[in-house]
Amino acid sequence: MAVSETPPILAVEAVSVWLSGREILHEVSFRIAAGEFTGLIGSNGAGKTTLLRVILGLQAPQAGQVLIDGRARSHRSPPIGYVPQKIVLDPDMPLRARDLVGLGLDGHRFGLPRRSSARRDLIDEMLAAVDATDFADARVGNLSGGEQQRVLIAHALISRPRLLLLDEPLANLDIRSEQEVVELVARIATEQQIAVLISAHDMNPLLPVMDHVVYVAAGRVASGSTGEVVNTEVLSRLYGHHVDVVHVNNRILVVAGHETAVHHDLPDSAAGST
Amino acid sequence: MTALSLLAPVFEPGFFSSPPVDIALIVGGVVAVVSGVVGTFTVMRGQSFAGHALADIGTTGGSGAFLVGASPLYGFVVMNVIAAGVMELIGIRRPRGRDLATGIVLGAALGLAALFLYLDTTTSSTTGATINVLFGSIFTLASSMVPVIAILGALAVGTVLLCFRPLVLSSLSPDLAATRGVPVRLVGMAYFTALSLAVSLSAVAIGAILSTALLIGPAATALRLTKRTGTAMVIAATLGVVATWTGVLLAYDSYYWQPSHHGWPVSFFVVALVFVFYVVVELSVGRRSNRRRSVAGAGTA
Repeated sequence: MAVSETPPILAVEAVSVWLSGREILHEVSFRIAAGEFTGLIGSNGAGKTTLLRVILGLQAPQAGQVLIDGRARSHRSPPIGYVPQKIVLDPDMPLRARDLVGLGLDGHRFGLPRRSSARRDLIDEMLAAVDATDFADARVGNLSGGEQQRVLIAHALISRPRLLLLDEPLANLDIRSEQEVVELVARIATEQQIAVLISAHDMNPLLPVMDHVVYVAAGRVASGSTGEVVNTEVLSRLYGHHVDVVHVNNRILVVAGHETAVHHDLPDSAAGST
Repeated sequence: MTALSLLAPVFEPGFFSSPPVDIALIVGGVVAVVSGVVGTFTVMRGQSFAGHALADIGTTGGSGAFLVGASPLYGFVVMNVIAAGVMELIGIRRPRGRDLATGIVLGAALGLAALFLYLDTTTSSTTGATINVLFGSIFTLASSMVPVIAILGALAVGTVLLCFRPLVLSSLSPDLAATRGVPVRLVGMAYFTALSLAVSLSAVAIGAILSTALLIGPAATALRLTKRTGTAMVIAATLGVVATWTGVLLAYDSYYWQPSHHGWPVSFFVVALVFVFYVVVELSVGRRSNRRRSVAGAGTA
């Protein structure tokens, strides 16, 4: 493999994690270059959330290491933006959307908040960037799932991270909000030169914007371009049993199969033959 | 003076010249402010049960202190801080086990409390201990306790204000807070210490078994009235002070009420007022949002 000129913004090196005597991740390695849009794809329970927690430093791996910007992660590592999977927000929670965004800026600081016009402007700017200006003053608990997702993205981005992690942001969203969130994240990633790692159990909504895929199955990963990874041969090896990768109307379906199953690969879908 | 004489039917004779009333007003005010500030986070973090359990567990400390001749306040504080520490330790290892842990610690503590209260009454041959510990001692507090209560109250409020933003963030999501570099465990323990102090102070004022009413009631009411955390704390503290001071006044007046002239307990009035505030706000805010919903419904129809 050729050595790149700048260190990748994220390098996961041979990470293994055991939880309650069970191996959740097995020697997982992959890299993300600056500004890249990467999908972390796998079914529920494959280890996606654990992998994100290791990258964030919320879970210590038993083996391997995580390098942020070429250095082992520590409390002095550059900030990583994080949008957690599901926050249960009580409708009575006395917190406005703009307050939640502001907490992304200084929520870790002790003492009473200081209000300044510069802080307010920055919050307004972030709210506008995620199209959340209309409900900036609404209680976060009263927002819809898609609206909360956008506010949480603004919360994650306001500290100007170079890497943004999103844990299943499309789960529990209707199809329209799903598309909106994907387009929003892709646009911001391009505009602000942020690398994105977004986990999802369905890769299809991400196909138009994804540069790379990190596919997780049974605690192991395969990474590369969509074509390199999402094919019958690689995924069958990853799952440890035969699976079929089926292309239907520009959608990709991964189905458990056996050798005699009929293959539905369409001729125009040989993108991964490089 | 004219204003006072107009209010004569409200303020029974001697209200403003009675040292016990002065102490009750000062202590009641401090306790209500502390309860409002801390209670806002208790409600936001969904820890009302833990708060109530601490209050009950405090009974053990209060009755134990009475047994050795110390002020129940010290017993409340020591017992509550220890219990909060144990609950937090068990709860961290198993977040969903917190309710279970609380229940188990609560059961054991109440067993001890029953024993201590029994010994209190048999050794001193009065029921003063039980009344003091369970229903508060706001009218019988020694003036020497006032500075102690003020310092403990300032400590609790100061802790919450110092940790304000990390507390809000970790109340929303501990993971989100941790990725922003918040020492979530430390902040959680600081908050639990403040909660222990708030519950202890409230127990002195209106009694161990009712102390959560002052902690939860005004805060829950405030959350219906504002969408800003800081404002919610101010409203909760204000409602608490109004309820406590009015309760002290009514309890004082009740000595003059027919037919018995016995006087009713302060705690009853405070808790009743807190409850009335909550019901009034709940009904009016609920009706308002119902109306808004029906207007919106008519618009789309």
